[in-house]
Amino acid sequence: MDMTPPAKQSVRSTASLFVTCVVDQFYPEVGESTVRLLRRLGVELDFPEGQTCCGQPAFNSGFRSDAMPAARRFLETFKDSPQIVVPSGSCTAMIRVYYPELFQDDIETAQLAIEVGRKTFELSEFIVDQLGVTDLAAALPDRTQGQGQRVAYHPGCHLKRELGVVSQPLDLMDSLPEIELVPFEQSDVCCGFGGTFSVKYPEISGAMLGDKVAAVRDSGAGTLAACDATCLMQIGGGLERQSVPIRTAHLAQILDEATS
Amino acid sequence: MEIKTKQFKKAAAATIANPELQSRLRNLYDGFYKARDRAVDATPNWDELSDKGRAIKAHTIQHLGHYLEMAEASVIKAGGKVYFAKDAEAANKYVLDLARSRGVRSAIKSKSMISEEMGLNQRLEEAGIEAVETDLGEYLIQLKGETPYHIIAPAIHMSKADAASVLQAQSDVPIGDSIEEMAGAARVQLREKFVVADMGITGVNFLVAETGTVVLVTNEGNGRMSTSMPPIHVAIMGMEKVVPSMEDLGTMLRLLVRSATGQRLSSYVTTVTGPRRESDVDGPSEFHLVIVDNGRSKMLADPEMREALYCLRCGACLNACPVYRKVGGHAYGWVYSGPIGAVVSPMLTSLPEAKDLPHASSLCGACRETCPVKIDIPRMLLHMRSELAEGRVDPQAKSVPLMERLSMKAWRMSVASPMMLRISNRVGRLLQIPLARAGRINKLPPPLSGWTRHRTFPVLAKRPFRDRWKEINLGDQERGE
Repeated sequence: MDMTPPAKQSVRSTASLFVTCVVDQFYPEVGESTVRLLRRLGVELDFPEGQTCCGQPAFNSGFRSDAMPAARRFLETFKDSPQIVVPSGSCTAMIRVYYPELFQDDIETAQLAIEVGRKTFELSEFIVDQLGVTDLAAALPDRTQGQGQRVAYHPGCHLKRELGVVSQPLDLMDSLPEIELVPFEQSDVCCGFGGTFSVKYPEISGAMLGDKVAAVRDSGAGTLAACDATCLMQIGGGLERQSVPIRTAHLAQILDEATS
Repeated sequence: MEIKTKQFKKAAAATIANPELQSRLRNLYDGFYKARDRAVDATPNWDELSDKGRAIKAHTIQHLGHYLEMAEASVIKAGGKVYFAKDAEAANKYVLDLARSRGVRSAIKSKSMISEEMGLNQRLEEAGIEAVETDLGEYLIQLKGETPYHIIAPAIHMSKADAASVLQAQSDVPIGDSIEEMAGAARVQLREKFVVADMGITGVNFLVAETGTVVLVTNEGNGRMSTSMPPIHVAIMGMEKVVPSMEDLGTMLRLLVRSATGQRLSSYVTTVTGPRRESDVDGPSEFHLVIVDNGRSKMLADPEMREALYCLRCGACLNACPVYRKVGGHAYGWVYSGPIGAVVSPMLTSLPEAKDLPHASSLCGACRETCPVKIDIPRMLLHMRSELAEGRVDPQAKSVPLMERLSMKAWRMSVASPMMLRISNRVGRLLQIPLARAGRINKLPPPLSGWTRHRTFPVLAKRPFRDRWKEINLGDQERGE
């Protein structure tokens, strides 16, 4: 596997990577792409070994006391990090938006959660808002321009509506001339994943997915991109089940491929 | 009204399997939802207006007792009567007693969700009083014996042919199947009712406390007919509908109408302050305002759920909701549907009986984004989920299946430490061997089988990221970085 370090470039930022449990366990290649991309952009990354999961599965199902140990572990593991970068809008929202809610009866932990939340960023917002890089082609002039591809982008609900991250992923992809962003119908509508919702209400989740798969299929895109591995698990699983030959890729993978 | 919240899953599945309903529900996105978007885009400073509306509601709900007393005094001053009903039963009794004492034989009704909550029509029928809905959509569903499918478009689930056959059943002369002919037929049928009615019963969109003015927002003019033709006007409202002043009303109207239908203003905005005055040539001689609690105090007392009382009943969250657009209005099993129904119905009926409602959401947040007063519905759904899961509403915790509780404990153990995660990965990879084909799982066993009904599932990576990361680091060191 090619793990070539970045071209000589001065360190412009240091950050800790919270890779998320889903990427760690199911999509390690998304984590690898995240690392390569960020290193090329001059980020010195570390990977705190104590990390597991942000606690969202339990929290969203109502099991707050079960979510707490995982959340506390996250806070303990990352509290001294200068910045935390996460290749997921949903997990970032859990940390930044819902940890204070989870610890509402524990002022000290809630305070810590707010502090840690302030320095926790989803990947695309980290690159654009923290590193100040919007034009990847200009930031990485030595890159090899890849083959042209048509990409449909699914904006994750938590990314968009909890974090307010809308333009960052689009701007990053748009800065690469070989990527053509293609619109599709009702692209702003949820894919139907919703964590345990997809298991508890498979018919509803499946019906929502059906619309998403049909719209992506009709878009003429070769790739469906998103900033959350879980949306991609849902949409990709649906595309595969219906034998639609469109690949799914995390934003980190798209950008990694285009900047190598 | 009968509570069927327990049948959510079954009713949802039936709607999903009905292509005709699915196509009508899909139209909500390009129809109401997009119309609302355009109206909002065309409104300068919508966000500020929305914040202002939210602040008005927050203030009023915070001081609800004060404003209700102010409103009561204003209505009495204008010559009206006010009755505070603690529940649906008390409200029904007041209306029935009034109708009986005045010898009312027929009543006309203008759309009112609270009267659906009370089951008022049925109670009037039982007492031998004919009650006719005059909003076209409500009229259609009343004739069909159904409940509202949507807060502002109660018959949105009916096809043109459905509507035609329902109207035809009321008429001896053949009715054409064009919209104009159908509306014309309904108009004729309803006119007769308006002329003979002894009582007009309406809902209330807003009650202005400083003047005691009841405000109705309609597009068909039926509200104005119902408030002006019969000799008695009874207005019924949930106690959260009060706003302090006429100035506040201006803000709320701008928010409500744009959010509901995408109009800048509805065709009719009817304001009623008390009964006819001596100088008036016509209008009802009696005006009664029934202010109903029916569980709202419980919401008011709960700081986590109080926000639900800010709702204007515009229906925008229904149109925005991808779950509502799949399962339809009847699946929610009571008066209110969609995201706001998922919050309000369990609160006004029973959370353990309606436990599907807070759970049947992907928490996508489209409702909050669309809400004119920014009600944080996802946060309240999450709160109700925790009330159920942690046994606070049901001490035996029977609200949550044992399987789910055990799965959560297993999950908790698996993420307790990196070592536990490693062990879980090993166990998971052993378990997935008989299931995996070419790097994916096509069929999972229960309770996860629902997932693979619609999609494949990925296999656990042989080498998780945490193992690969070490190599990346080692590589860097070898290169002397």
